[in-house]
Formats: sequence, structure tokens, C-alpha cells
Amino acid sequence: MRTKYLIGFLIIVAAIAYLAFGGLGNSLVYYVLPSEYAENPARYEGKRIRLGGLVKEGSIRYDPQTLELDFVVTDGVVDIPVQHEGTPPELFKDNQGVVVEGRFDGKVFKGENLLIKHSETYQAPPEGGYTPEEVRKLIEEAK
Amino acid sequence: MNHAEKTSRLDSASRALLTLALVVFAAGQYLAFKAPPDVQQGYLIRILYVHVGAAWVAYLAFFVAMVYAVLYLWKQDAAYDRLSAASAEIGLLFMLLTLFGGMMWARPTWGVFWTWEPRLTTSAILTAFYVGYFLLRHAIEDPEFRAKAAAAAAILGVVNIPINYMSVYWWRSIHQTATFDVINRKTHMEGSMVVAMLVNLLAITLFYLAFLRIKGALAARAAAREEWDE
Repeated sequence: MRTKYLIGFLIIVAAIAYLAFGGLGNSLVYYVLPSEYAENPARYEGKRIRLGGLVKEGSIRYDPQTLELDFVVTDGVVDIPVQHEGTPPELFKDNQGVVVEGRFDGKVFKGENLLIKHSETYQAPPEGGYTPEEVRKLIEEAK
Repeated sequence: MNHAEKTSRLDSASRALLTLALVVFAAGQYLAFKAPPDVQQGYLIRILYVHVGAAWVAYLAFFVAMVYAVLYLWKQDAAYDRLSAASAEIGLLFMLLTLFGGMMWARPTWGVFWTWEPRLTTSAILTAFYVGYFLLRHAIEDPEFRAKAAAAAAILGVVNIPINYMSVYWWRSIHQTATFDVINRKTHMEGSMVVAMLVNLLAITLFYLAFLRIKGALAARAAAREEWDE
């Protein structure tokens, strides 16, 4: 009876050790910035990494038919073109913080997973409120 | 044994606390539903009102578990061990609620339920630690040795809290930093949203206090019963 719990306890200890030394080490540098990549492109070639930055204004090209989503991730210093396949997330737009999981294929970053990094600032809609159209959209989304 | 311990009814202080918690929670939910939607994510922001409160109570409960653990080691009174375990149990419950609410919020905003970034990784470690705490309690048969080992674990576990809280400042993460920023003393939020968040936070804290009182009393009865049976 008690040994069962002891085994469980040891499994948890092993899991924490794995997370702390393996998992945490990986997630400490959660994403690479474009300028960090530019400093040493060979280091990241072919490896699965996360690229973080802002969506460059006016760079979004999305084809709803093929789901091809191309955009540029920038940190203000270096721009990196990203090719991704899939519908863009709700909060995806110009100047939005993003983290893209994928690999470099030459100069282009092939995204496999697109994550949004939103800010900790929350605000009500601008003065004058929403138009009826926007309210309808919000209600639809809330469902 | 006195009369109060024989009845299955809650004592009046527990009932008062629980009622107060329910009333404040109802008010908090009313305010949360009246608060404006966020300009970016719309009504999804409502998850924040319970997510922050749940996370805060998890921290608080683990901290209180440490305080009772220290008291146990100092006074050697089994009642402190029971309260320490009760607080850790409620803490684990609220930690799981935090993880669940966080995942429900992350999917529509970030795009994934889970990702191994610093705040989430340290949260997983924190949760696993307290799962381990209860496995440890169950693994040891001798009550005194169990209480001592559990006290040591409860004290050690608190180390996770500042790491988890500071993870968004120390490392690059996808999790946003604190909206109610106690470190830089800033609030990045509209007034009515802050009020709704704080009222919900108070309500969840009151729930914690009520649960701790009830759980502590239940554990005391179970211990008295065990002694009586022997």
C-alpha cells in the first residue's frame, strides 16, 4: 500500500528534476530574436527553434484559398520573412508580438506553429464605443 | 467530547465566512460582466477576473502551509500539521484551477493550450511539487515522521513561488507580465476592470479562508476518531 505512494513520489521527483534541468533550460531562452539569428545564422540552421518579434507593418499576405500566410517578423533591426500555412489567429495583425515555431530554410523561416504574444495592458474600446457592427462581432465571438 | 463535535453541521464562523464569500463572489461576477470588453481580445478578458484570483490564492495557500509547517516544527502540535496539509491541499486545487483557466484563455489568445515557456514550465514544476507533497504524506506511515517530512517539503515548496511569479520578468516568455504590477507599482488596466478584478480576488480569498477552516476542522475530527478507535 505505502510502496505504491513511494513509487509515485519518486516519479514526481524525477519529473521535477527533468523539468527543472531539461525543460526549464530550454524554455529560459523561449524565443530567438531576428537580430540574434543574424549574428550567427549557422547556429540555428535546420534546427527547430522559436522566432520572436513583431509583425512588420504591411507585410501580411494571406490567401484564404490555400491558407498560405506570409509575413515579416522584425525586431526593428533585422527583418525575417516567414512562410506559414494555416488561418491567422484572431489577434494576428500588424505590429503584433508573435512567436513562430519552425525552422530556417535558407533565408526564409518556415513556420509550423504561430503563437500570439499580447501585452498585459487591458483597455476598454475607444471613446464613443463600438459601432453596432463591432458589437455584433464581439457577441458572436463570445459564444 | 462536546456537543459541537458530534453534529455534522458547520460551525457558525465557517458558515458566515462561506456566505460572505458567496455574496462577494456574486458581486465580483456582476462587476466582471458589467466591465467593458478589452479593445484587443474582447470578452475573453473575463477569464482574467478568476484566473488572477485563483493564482493569488494558490500562492497564499502554499505560503500559509509553510507558516503552519514552521509552527509544527516549533511547537510539535499535530494540529499545525493538519492545517499545513489542509492549506497545501486547497493550494493545489486552486493551482489546478489556475492552470485550467489559463489554458482556456491561452488557446483563443496565444493560439495554443500549452507551450513550454518559463511561466508555464515553472507552474508545472510548482504543481508537480505539491502533488509530490501528498504522495510523500501517503508514503510515510509513522505520523510523527510523516509530519516532519511534510513540514520540510512545505517549507521547501515556497521557493517555487517567487520563481514562478518573477519568471515573466527574468526570462523571455509568452505570458504577459503582471497587469497589477506590484514591482513597478503600475496598473495597466481600466478602472472598472481593476475594481472587478479586486472584488473577485477578495471573494476567492474568502473562499480559501472558509475552506481552510472547514478542512482543518474535518481533519481534527478524523484524527480524534482515529485516536478513539485505537
